[in-house]
Amino acid sequence: MTAKIITVTSGKGGVGKTTATANLAVALAQMGQRVVCLDADIGLRNLDVVMGLENRIVYDIVDVIEGRCRLKQAMIRDKRFDDLHLIPAAQTRDKNAISPSDMIKLGEDLRDEADWVIIDSPAGIERGFRNAIAPADEIIVITNPDVSAVRDADRIIGLIEAEQKEPAKLIINRLNPEMVQRGDMLDAEDVLELLAIKLLGIVPEDENVIVSTNVGKPVALDEKSRAGQAFRNISRRLMGDEVPLLNLDFKEDFLHKLSRVFK
Amino acid sequence: MADWLKRISGQTGSADEAKERLKLVLIHDRTDINPDTMEELKDDLLKTISQHIAIEPELVKITMMHEGREQRLVADIPLKHYDRKKIN
Repeated sequence: MTAKIITVTSGKGGVGKTTATANLAVALAQMGQRVVCLDADIGLRNLDVVMGLENRIVYDIVDVIEGRCRLKQAMIRDKRFDDLHLIPAAQTRDKNAISPSDMIKLGEDLRDEADWVIIDSPAGIERGFRNAIAPADEIIVITNPDVSAVRDADRIIGLIEAEQKEPAKLIINRLNPEMVQRGDMLDAEDVLELLAIKLLGIVPEDENVIVSTNVGKPVALDEKSRAGQAFRNISRRLMGDEVPLLNLDFKEDFLHKLSRVFK
Repeated sequence: MADWLKRISGQTGSADEAKERLKLVLIHDRTDINPDTMEELKDDLLKTISQHIAIEPELVKITMMHEGREQRLVADIPLKHYDRKKIN
């Protein structure tokens, strides 16, 4: 079987690309899939710490591309899953160390090694982003329900269209149901209407994400976490399962119920 | 939510404003047309159309609409109203 290559990107920084990449990778591995994740954020390596693999790094993506090691040598095996590997970003180089065609070649070489290759894109719309999307069969745009993240997501979606890639799919991350209920946060429907692309999933804001990052254990491994559940659902959707969206209804207080009566 | 209830419960409803602002920003981001260009376009259109038919320049509305990811320019151009001359 040959791997499907997915790139997670966002335009804006800090919306959850690395968290999503780590969690989708772990959730797919949990389902018995062979997964390689690739940190394409050269110079700002982070996927390793989010996955708890920072102590195992010997070679990185630039070493592979420049031929200083074999592909397998740069694939760090996960602590929890034998069939989950990470190729870390180089920390002392920058995005110009590699080109989109290097990435396409690397992607092709990885197709035989896994069922899924998940690429964590750097923020921005320049070389790093172009490198990250070059080998992708499918692109996931991740955003938060706020004006700047949605605006940047729209830019990125436009650039992906211009590259004549398959239309991107959307993950809305860090949705706070309580704020949506109060009318102080864009809800998923608003974001979808504005961006007009297919929804892959909604991840609620969840303190467990920070805790999981602190200890290097992706939240998808936490059975009780809502965000973890959302990421597990998204990876099942990637596998082609029909999984309904999480029910994110916040418990309504008296005034909200009253307001609905009078609407 | 009803406005009076919003006031009682201290809600600001800022999400509605976010959505409206985003709608406008995205239209301009996607088309790279700024308000000045739109005004110029409107003036040019009015000039051209007026050479052929009489219109009401003050009532003309030119807006950018979007359906999904498609953008379109919509012009609403009312024609000048004449009193019909009574026949016979």
